[in-house]
Amino acid sequence: MEISDMIKPENLVYGKPALLTDNVMHYCPGCSHGTVHKLIAEVIEDMGIQDKTIGISPVGCSVFAYNYIDIDWQEAAHGRAPALATATKRLCPDKYVFTYQGDGDLASIGTAEIIHACSRGENIVVIFINNGIYGMTGGQMAPTTLLGMKTSTTPYGRDAKLNGFPLKITEMLAALDGTAYISRQSVHTAAAARKAKNAIRKGFEYSSKGVGLSFIEIVSTCNSGWKLSPVEANKWMVEHMFAKYPVGDIKDVLK
Amino acid sequence: MAEKILMKGNEAIAISAIRNGVDGYFGYPITPQSEVMETLMKEKPWETTGMVVLQAESELSSINMVYGGASCGKKVMTSSSSPGISLMCEGISYIAGAELPCVIVDVMRGGPGLGTIQPSQSDYSQAVKGGGHGDYHCIVIAPASAQDMYDFVDWGFELAFKYRNPVIILADGIIGQLMEKVELHPMKPRRTEEEVLRDAPWATLGKPAGRERNVITSLSLDANTQENFNRKLKAKYDDIRENEVKFSEYLTEDAEYLFVAFGCSSRICEAAVDILREEGIKAGLIRPITLFPFPEKEISRLAGQVKSIMSIELNLGQMVEDVRLAANGQCPVGFYGRQGGNIYTPEEIVEEFRKFNNLK
Repeated sequence: MEISDMIKPENLVYGKPALLTDNVMHYCPGCSHGTVHKLIAEVIEDMGIQDKTIGISPVGCSVFAYNYIDIDWQEAAHGRAPALATATKRLCPDKYVFTYQGDGDLASIGTAEIIHACSRGENIVVIFINNGIYGMTGGQMAPTTLLGMKTSTTPYGRDAKLNGFPLKITEMLAALDGTAYISRQSVHTAAAARKAKNAIRKGFEYSSKGVGLSFIEIVSTCNSGWKLSPVEANKWMVEHMFAKYPVGDIKDVLK
Repeated sequence: MAEKILMKGNEAIAISAIRNGVDGYFGYPITPQSEVMETLMKEKPWETTGMVVLQAESELSSINMVYGGASCGKKVMTSSSSPGISLMCEGISYIAGAELPCVIVDVMRGGPGLGTIQPSQSDYSQAVKGGGHGDYHCIVIAPASAQDMYDFVDWGFELAFKYRNPVIILADGIIGQLMEKVELHPMKPRRTEEEVLRDAPWATLGKPAGRERNVITSLSLDANTQENFNRKLKAKYDDIRENEVKFSEYLTEDAEYLFVAFGCSSRICEAAVDILREEGIKAGLIRPITLFPFPEKEISRLAGQVKSIMSIELNLGQMVEDVRLAANGQCPVGFYGRQGGNIYTPEEIVEEFRKFNNLK
């Protein structure tokens, strides 16, 4: 049997979501961003809300998210995406508005914006990629970098006395009255990706219910920054990142 | 007959925003302009026109809310005073780089640093020359009365949307706090989503099937793409310089001496001109209403007519640099200013005028 005989619609077990563009992704092989982009594209497609969804991309590796998901986008300044999303949702309450932010963007330079967007209970979705490192600028320490973890600005490992402690911002945000749904997920296995997709979908659904902000952290890999192979990076994430950042739902006001 | 109401300049900004169909105001309290947001909150326009009013957690956030709202093609604005505008400069640079329309009201107070809460004009350079990073210009318009505060909101949005460019209403503590009669014009309704899309087909309001996605960004990593964009901005600014200059003149026709002053200073200078005219000295005044674009052609023309020019500003001498460039050596150009919230009297200006011109 030739391969061409097998390429038939009835044999199709996996398809690229229509909302994922054909642009070649700039992400490193093994990086979690591509998978998370795909999940978001699938959720928007499944819900049929392409014409009502506005994404806000951050500064960091995912600054170019607007090249990959075929919806309207705003590209924010570093850390400010929740402010743009706040105005967009308040001015266009019938739209679905989400931000996509990394740990440097959200948990360092953008702490004021995310805390107050959560505190005000903005009806937006926040996708938070936590890989414990600054990817785009070349692997510097992030607020979520684990103790002992080596980065280009903690070459001997993160030392609490010198660099402070890793910031569990997701738990902090769960304590705020304005947040509705807070979940921490990962995408390193097919099962994990399915759970992450369900969490993202729940966030989008909640954002149209007027119950407050939905926040989905994805514990992610940065194999280039971590200087590990994609497979080793996944293993390292499970062993080390999950110990500090355990996956699962943290808050759900409708449960 | 149009309705006339006694109000502060800051209140006029708020009332004008509601009456001119503004979609959103995002601000943070700072003296001497807090009445803008206070008036909006008291008026509750979300119950009448549907206008969104939100107190942000900082000026960083309020200008980025403006960035998000402007990205949706909405008429959005903020107001602040000098230290707050410094914080906004990052956002203003992004807004200029993304070519978005918005109106920013700066009710200037004295600086640098925390400075004073008294009136000043010491942020002329910040507003006119840029303030944030990168080659960009805001259109800068300078009100001199509470009526101007009211009228400039609508004019500001007209310019902002015409050129897809941020507009700064550069006021000062005097104009913000001054109570004057303000004539209210007929209400303008807020635009519908269809009207927004007609005015702003680039707006991010959700991508329907059949059109390319709209992306609002100021990022281009390729050197040539960025240079081409910078040149496109330059062409836009040249277009603005050519078409939008606005100024008013007082007794310049036969003037032998010229004052240049903007905002509250222009009103004080008018009184100084009157004193000098009574003494038989042919003084005149030009008030730049647009600071960018600057009325350089008219000042250049007058520089060929008069014996000298004096720039009168509540700062250490900022606009005077542009006056000198416009005069281009045709006549001597002098400066007199006060700082720290102190304000000159017309008599004080006349005295400085005599000193500068060696007149008894």
